[in-house]
Amino acid sequence: MICPFLDPAIKRALAGAILVTLGGAPLGVMLVLRRMSLMGDVIAHAILPGTAAGFILAGLSVPVMSVGGLIAGLVVAFLAGLASRFTSIREDANLATVYLLAVALGILMIALHGSAQDLEDILFGDAQAITPDLLVVMASVTAVTLFTLAIIYRPLIVESFDPVFMRSVQGRGGVYHVLFMMLLVLNMVEGYRMIGTMMAAGLMLIPAVTAQLWTRRLAAQIVMALALGIGSSVVGLWLAVCLKVPPGPAIILMTGALYGLSMLLGRYGSVRARYFPFRHLES
Amino acid sequence: MTITLRNLSAGYERHPAVHHVNGEFVPGSLTAIVGPNGGGKSTLLKALAGFVRPMTGSIDFGGLKPREIAYLPQQIDIDRSFPLSVAEVAALGLWPKIGAFGGMTAAHRAEVSRALGEVGMELFANRPIEALSTGQWQRVLFARLIIQNARVILLDEPFAAIDSRTAHDLTHILQYWQSEGRTVIAVMHDLTSVRLHFPRALLLAREAVAWGSTAEVLKDENLARAQKLAENWVEDPAACERPAA
Repeated sequence: MICPFLDPAIKRALAGAILVTLGGAPLGVMLVLRRMSLMGDVIAHAILPGTAAGFILAGLSVPVMSVGGLIAGLVVAFLAGLASRFTSIREDANLATVYLLAVALGILMIALHGSAQDLEDILFGDAQAITPDLLVVMASVTAVTLFTLAIIYRPLIVESFDPVFMRSVQGRGGVYHVLFMMLLVLNMVEGYRMIGTMMAAGLMLIPAVTAQLWTRRLAAQIVMALALGIGSSVVGLWLAVCLKVPPGPAIILMTGALYGLSMLLGRYGSVRARYFPFRHLES
Repeated sequence: MTITLRNLSAGYERHPAVHHVNGEFVPGSLTAIVGPNGGGKSTLLKALAGFVRPMTGSIDFGGLKPREIAYLPQQIDIDRSFPLSVAEVAALGLWPKIGAFGGMTAAHRAEVSRALGEVGMELFANRPIEALSTGQWQRVLFARLIIQNARVILLDEPFAAIDSRTAHDLTHILQYWQSEGRTVIAVMHDLTSVRLHFPRALLLAREAVAWGSTAEVLKDENLARAQKLAENWVEDPAACERPAA
């Protein structure tokens, strides 16, 4: 089993993982910068009742479940925003509440209508069941994500960095925030078939957090997160096939291994930087 | 392009921090807003920047467009661990010219270096903002204001918590802006600096205690009256019956 990537199903799984990373890594870097890391996880779970509804309506049909997930993710984000707007509870608290309710509702819906295997597939993904049709859908989501991000890159960064300045120059910060949230939901739905709703946020966030330990430049962080995500996908998938374990957790644990290594050895803010700093500069 | 306050009240949750204030900022004036804590200085600035809506009364901007007004809040609000360089932050001042999507030309880049030179930060252009001292960071924000090229510039305690050398240099920039015909309004704490460098002052203790030439405004009797007003602020005020119009 030296070269498992000859198997077509595994080739597709690899292509899927790379597509998920291509769109997810830049979004992850933005999430971390906006101090919204937990938001990614929340959205990933929030799509569950939608995918469950899709499953009940059409069985394990990826397009229907994806549309359901997209609707559920947007509804949860909207409801949490609405709750914050009209009550004094903070938005993060509302999001946590609404997403936990969404998870409970989703699991109940699937448990009532499907088998334990169905539930497992939806929660943890099934990377080797990726069809060519699904790959096309995933490629489209990634293309839309990268295209939109390229267009809203500057205003999104300014809105994240200094929202008061954005407002003072009459920039429409809210518009970019909403667009960003929509991209987030789209990418979570893209990722759930690959690595499951429980871990979809992992491939997005962990490489982004790791990249922060290596560079203080925004563009470099994005490139680094991409490289870490794709590297983890390739090695994780390869290990999964060789060791006959599920690919989703293997890929996420691989990103975790790189995260751990970077915590120890990274260029900035690591254990190494703290106890064995490089020689300081002249000025 | 005179900015006129007409019976302006503004604040939070029914509590006005600025109470029935009348007066005007004439074009090309350099005004310091001074007064006791809780006297509405920052609130008035936010109202001028369009961040706080008047409760009663109005602000007449005399035809100024919102994008011609630049606003620099107190430093605390910005997260400086953000991975941006000094030049990148200064370049944000180009927003009114190139907006969200326009490209930066060579002329724009030259403008950014020139502004960084004016605040003495040209050698730091490529440094991450995280590595700056508080004073250096304020210099960078001033470079951004220079590039923004606004007709009215609002600053909230621009020299709080920075070294005297930086405060000195940046005060010269305020005076230079005035010489260029811009209207500059700054919330200030240091009355000595106000007396030295600001031709006009507004003494605000929710109400405008005095507004005019700095020497007149900062007389002892005015300062005493402002202090007295501040001491009389009550926990549980009744509804204000003064006419809104």
